[in-house]
Amino acid sequence: MINQGEATIFEKSVPQRRAIRFPATEGLPSSKDGLPAEHRRAASAALPEASELDVVRHYTRLSQLNFSIDTHFYPLGSCTMKYNPKINDQIALGPRFSKLHPLQPDETAQGILEALFRLERALCELCGMDAFTLQPSAGAQGEFVGVLVARAYHQKRGENRTEILIPDSAHGTNPASASLGALTPISVRSNARGRLDLADFKSRLSPKTALVMLTVPNTLGLFEDDILEIAEAAHRAGALLYMDGANFNALAGLVKPGDLGVDMAHLNLHKTFSTPHGGGGPGAGPLGVKKHLEDFLPVPRVVEEAGLYRLRGDFPLSVGRVRAFFGNVGVLVRAYCYLRRHSAKEFRQISESAILHANYLKALLKPAFEAFVDEPCMHECILQTDPKRMNGVRTMDVAKRLLEYGFYAPTVYFPLIVPEAMMLEPTETESKQTLDEFARAMLAIAEEARKTPERVKAAPQSLPVKRLDEVGAARNPDLSWPGRVSSS
Amino acid sequence: MFVPTTEKERQEMLRKIGVGSFDELVGSIPEKARNPAYRLPKALTEMELARHMEALGAQNRLPLSFLGGGAQEHYIPAAVWAVALRGEFATAYTPYQAEASQGTLQLIYEFQSMVCRLLEMEVANASHYDGASALAEAVNVALLDFDGRNPGRRGAVKKVIFPETLHPHYRATLKTYFHQRADVRLECLPCPDGTLAPSVLAGYVDDSTAAVAASCPNFFGLLEPAGELCRAAHARGALFIACVDPVGMGILEPPGSYGADLAVAEGIGLGIPPSFGGPSLGLVAAKRSLLRKMPGRFCGLTADRDGRRGYVLTLQAREQHIRREKSSSNVCTNQALCATAATIHMALLGPEGLREAAELCYGLSHELASALADIPGFRLKFGGASFYNEFVLQCPQDASQAQKFLLKDDILAGYPLGADYPWLKDCLLVCATETKTRADLRRLAEAARKLPVAAAR
Repeated sequence: MINQGEATIFEKSVPQRRAIRFPATEGLPSSKDGLPAEHRRAASAALPEASELDVVRHYTRLSQLNFSIDTHFYPLGSCTMKYNPKINDQIALGPRFSKLHPLQPDETAQGILEALFRLERALCELCGMDAFTLQPSAGAQGEFVGVLVARAYHQKRGENRTEILIPDSAHGTNPASASLGALTPISVRSNARGRLDLADFKSRLSPKTALVMLTVPNTLGLFEDDILEIAEAAHRAGALLYMDGANFNALAGLVKPGDLGVDMAHLNLHKTFSTPHGGGGPGAGPLGVKKHLEDFLPVPRVVEEAGLYRLRGDFPLSVGRVRAFFGNVGVLVRAYCYLRRHSAKEFRQISESAILHANYLKALLKPAFEAFVDEPCMHECILQTDPKRMNGVRTMDVAKRLLEYGFYAPTVYFPLIVPEAMMLEPTETESKQTLDEFARAMLAIAEEARKTPERVKAAPQSLPVKRLDEVGAARNPDLSWPGRVSSS
Repeated sequence: MFVPTTEKERQEMLRKIGVGSFDELVGSIPEKARNPAYRLPKALTEMELARHMEALGAQNRLPLSFLGGGAQEHYIPAAVWAVALRGEFATAYTPYQAEASQGTLQLIYEFQSMVCRLLEMEVANASHYDGASALAEAVNVALLDFDGRNPGRRGAVKKVIFPETLHPHYRATLKTYFHQRADVRLECLPCPDGTLAPSVLAGYVDDSTAAVAASCPNFFGLLEPAGELCRAAHARGALFIACVDPVGMGILEPPGSYGADLAVAEGIGLGIPPSFGGPSLGLVAAKRSLLRKMPGRFCGLTADRDGRRGYVLTLQAREQHIRREKSSSNVCTNQALCATAATIHMALLGPEGLREAAELCYGLSHELASALADIPGFRLKFGGASFYNEFVLQCPQDASQAQKFLLKDDILAGYPLGADYPWLKDCLLVCATETKTRADLRRLAEAARKLPVAAAR
């Protein structure tokens, strides 16, 4: 039985047991003779000692303790948990891509450079942007680069603008990225319709505003219908408009951010472009910009010159390097593969289906869970649990009970401005049957909350573990298995 | 396309929603921006895509390579990705619902444990983007710690010192991360002898120094006197940040044993292929006293309601989704799948496997260095200095030209240093890991013998 919990690999370790051995090479110079004592490791690293089967079985069994897209419906809002095509992994991990060294001369890496160049062009086309950098390793790094680009742009114009306006519904990375880039975040209120409050926004715009950062659609799954006016006001004040493209899965093929007055936008390739989330990365957060910001993009950049693709670093206005090497290239290759599988028309069908599925799910759940804003949503919807109507059952309880029904939970308690929030994003790759089954489970839980609320509050009972002591974990952190010196 | 919904189902859904057409759902998008024209290529089937990518792949050459420079190639056992790519690992996300994510959580806990043991450090987080961004985050920890220890100086300039032997791309990344900060000054020290002398460092460290960062082995492959540098930093109250080679930890002194406050490493090579530079894996470890200033995710061991062992994401009060602009970092995810591969890789190698790999790196690179230095016109730039698996080779001509010449024999002899170090224009950085055989070394040496000597030397 797996659900008794797995011992750690350290407990399974047996002194002297081996898996991988390296070829013995007689007569090579030895570190025992040549390496000065002060640089030599005294006791070997206390890694586990196990056979290959021990290791394979241990980690395979651990994997079986996870819910995942391949095994479960995973409606985690704002994360776009859509199907990840298998061929993309196969191609990215093939030797002709995975074995390339980042410092290889350009002429030996024309295939990968061409793929990256084409990916940039296609992202420009989908976003209505003029240039893209593929370097940011994740959405949060894309935001950070955007903040640096905005600072560099204003400084070049002789202006020292230090503030960034961010809606109170924004993801926490937005203000954190602003701080990292030495901009002061100013929070802007949302209105009763879940959109940016225009009056509050305009009152906070000033000659100090460097950047306005909007998530479109926003974290409530709603399109900012005043976006053209917001863009115009921002530009009139001399500020730039940044779009957090975390939710681009609702827009690809339907709207170009560049047509909305957006000056720059990052995309999360692990969301819209289907690269595996990997249990929390690696992702990729490319940043697209309009012409007036292109010179500030990070280096190196892929360029095409006389039929040769090259990595160029000599852009004097660039904000610089953001990581050691070009980017999360294996992720970029997967995204390029995904992109090539779809025409513009198909991208539109993807966005439309994502929007349709979210609205359908919302309609199915309406009898039991209130929508925060009762309007059509985009690719995700925000519902609320009402503990007063449900015998004190809260959103967290519903989430835990859902796991027992065999569904991963929606994003919960976010956005922060919505009490008892549940953020559901079904994505376009789920079938109507799955959505129907999920809705039946949700409605059954609502029914349970009325009749046997304790059953819901005690969930989960049937998973590998019950609810865990998070307070204790944070108060007295146990972050690694004890023991540092090898037993052998 | 991967949309399963049929036209009939679509109509059923629209009816249930209560709208007559899809357009009614997107009324909030400004009319004039809707449905623009796109110029994208036509869609490919899976088979056509495979063909297209094969053709692109054929344009990528894989010569016999002696490139290192911060992304060293190491053998990856087949079991690593066979297990890491299982859908349950690859297609899960951040373990927000711990009860349904115990696999990823326990794995991260084991990863943190292995990183601690590898580096002999007290705490390690769930990983970072790559070695360079990991260093930037570690520097940020040191800056926060400095402010905490010196409340009276808040806002005054803090120095971060590193030698030019730190990877040039890491130095560039530090500049990108901190150049907008009015209270931070980065100071790069020249190292004409290839390593930083502790006495030189001591002349630069003062009471305004928040951190000294150095790599060991350094970018030239040389072993810095890390212990002495660490003591020189500590003497003036600065923290010491060590950048290390994780495979080298099989034989090299770990940073925890010489007192480093923070240690970072690039995980390419720990089960992660170079992939043109990413995805990679940044390891970040520290002394326990710095725990609450550390960036990124941590997984902790705890108990459930029945007292059964279980794992959760913990110390989240530091993170951006709670602290927002006051958090110590904007990092949201880690490189979980790369950490998964690295964990399986380390478990397969074990202490002996890691030692064997590191010993082969040492032995093969030293044999190669001797063979190349024996060829007339070539010499080791930093002669008798100790190195691990990479060395600087002075060539009888411009190193970029030498690289080009050897590429004709399908050999990538190393990385020309001139672009990053103008005083090393005739030098190649050459690396040999356990992936090379003695026959490979001979092939390089024989090809190098044919290199023409430049007239203007």
